[in-house]
Amino acid sequence: MKTLTFIGWRLLAGLGVLWGAATLTFLVVHFTPGDPAEAVVGGEGAAPTPEVLAQVRAEYGLDRPWFEQYVSHLWRIAHGDFGTSYRLHTPVTQAIGEQAAATVELAVAAALTGLFLAVAIALATAGRRRWRGLASVVELVAASTPTFWLGIVLLTVFSFGLRLLPSTGGQGFASLVLPALCLALPIAGVLGHVLREALEEVLEEPFIVSARARGLSDTVVRLRHALRHALTPLVTMTGFWVGALLGGAVVTETLFTRQGIGRLLVSAVNAKDLPLVLGVVLLSALVYVLVNLLVDLLYLVIDPRLKEAA
Amino acid sequence: MNRIGVWLAVAVLTVLVLAALVPGLFTGQDPLAVDSGATLQPPSAAHLLGTDENGRDVFARIVHGTRASLLLGFGAIAVALVFGGLLGLAAGLGNRIVENVIMRLSDVGMAFPELLLALVVITVAGGGTGNAILAIGVANIPSYARLVRAQTLAIRRAGYVEAAYALGLPGPRVILRHVLPNAVKPVLILATIGVGTALVAGSALSFLGLGTPPPEPEWGSMLSTARNFISRAWWYGLFPGLAITLTVISVTVVGRALRLRSEGRTG
Repeated sequence: MKTLTFIGWRLLAGLGVLWGAATLTFLVVHFTPGDPAEAVVGGEGAAPTPEVLAQVRAEYGLDRPWFEQYVSHLWRIAHGDFGTSYRLHTPVTQAIGEQAAATVELAVAAALTGLFLAVAIALATAGRRRWRGLASVVELVAASTPTFWLGIVLLTVFSFGLRLLPSTGGQGFASLVLPALCLALPIAGVLGHVLREALEEVLEEPFIVSARARGLSDTVVRLRHALRHALTPLVTMTGFWVGALLGGAVVTETLFTRQGIGRLLVSAVNAKDLPLVLGVVLLSALVYVLVNLLVDLLYLVIDPRLKEAA
Repeated sequence: MNRIGVWLAVAVLTVLVLAALVPGLFTGQDPLAVDSGATLQPPSAAHLLGTDENGRDVFARIVHGTRASLLLGFGAIAVALVFGGLLGLAAGLGNRIVENVIMRLSDVGMAFPELLLALVVITVAGGGTGNAILAIGVANIPSYARLVRAQTLAIRRAGYVEAAYALGLPGPRVILRHVLPNAVKPVLILATIGVGTALVAGSALSFLGLGTPPPEPEWGSMLSTARNFISRAWWYGLFPGLAITLTVISVTVVGRALRLRSEGRTG
């Protein structure tokens, strides 16, 4: 029962954040200089007649008082209607939907690669003096390297130098390797650092000493007993994960000329296509809220002590 | 992190600040001088790090680009510190309603990835160095508001602040003389590390063609053009990015060392 209340509160908080996000997009549209009706008709050069503008204003409800516009804005978003792209003249949700699969593929591949690298490095080096110094330098370099430059270096070496992998997207699995790696390495650097520090703290705990005293090997102690505890801070960093993957996808997709939401977003920013930009941003807030909700549930699984606390 | 590493990082940062202030100290070449007879030349004695597609000296462009790139990092954090700091202070010192409003707003802000929030600002305000600084700065306001609030709350409950109130000092004076100075130090230390991430985010905007516009030299925008010449000019894509990475590493190392010192530990 307590668990249910906990989940209920979390759901409510998530809805609150989404409401705030939707309000923010309304404010942005409302306070952006320029006439939205003109933008709908086709930008500054289109020179529409006053009749056309009036028709658009009526159609989009731009002639109604702001409060009505706000309510209908929220109403439409709640029903999955994010408006129409100024540039593509298609619904924003459709434009995003067409690109979503490519980005999800990239983000999932990068998240798994990053997590795997971080866990492997942290497990291998935590508490081992000779290795941890080296690992911490590697992590610092990886975390400090901008995604776009890492991609250029990877392309220089693997695509144009060794000619092992394709330089652009759309060629199946082979064209996913470099972008995923490019997105994963900086994430692995940050996560590896956090995970190693957590592992080192856990390895000092009495229950680890007792596990060792029972004759368990070092590997078993690390894998079966220490790792589970050390994973908690990684789960806490969800915001960083989601942000790094989505922000990184924007850069990675542009660099590798891959299809995806990130590249869609960049072209929308260049075209001042506000509904599309705000649609992507709203979607990312939704992903953030959903992932956080999932994490809260995951906490209850990872750390059963929270069930009583919640 | 050992001592040598920290001093190396300090040395790198000193050189960078010098290059930003007086680029002429490091190179005599003009970063904008086009030489159509020497395009995409590999590194040589005449051009230490080679030339770009217009025959401009890559080293000179990196040196002259230091100012714009550092400005992106420091400027954005300054924006975030000022506005986030004021909000955080208000949340930490104000009544429950003020605190709740500010914190729920920052919850909303935190739901957006930094780069995406910055892109919204760019869509509305347009590109360019100034707007890129503003965009990254705005995107960082929620996290600094939280940081400053946490600091303020901790200090507000500290003995010396309660003592100052008990002595009958007026509220504004306690805030200015006792709360603010003590809250500033740890926040500034964390902000040092933040400069590195802001610099990466800012040069990412330039890389996407939304920050510093060409031909003005800036590391991110150099890489944006270099991307088209990866197959022919490895030096063009390598060195500007090396400059960014080296800067971020140095800033991070110095920031971490400062934090350890303020916590009374030596790394």
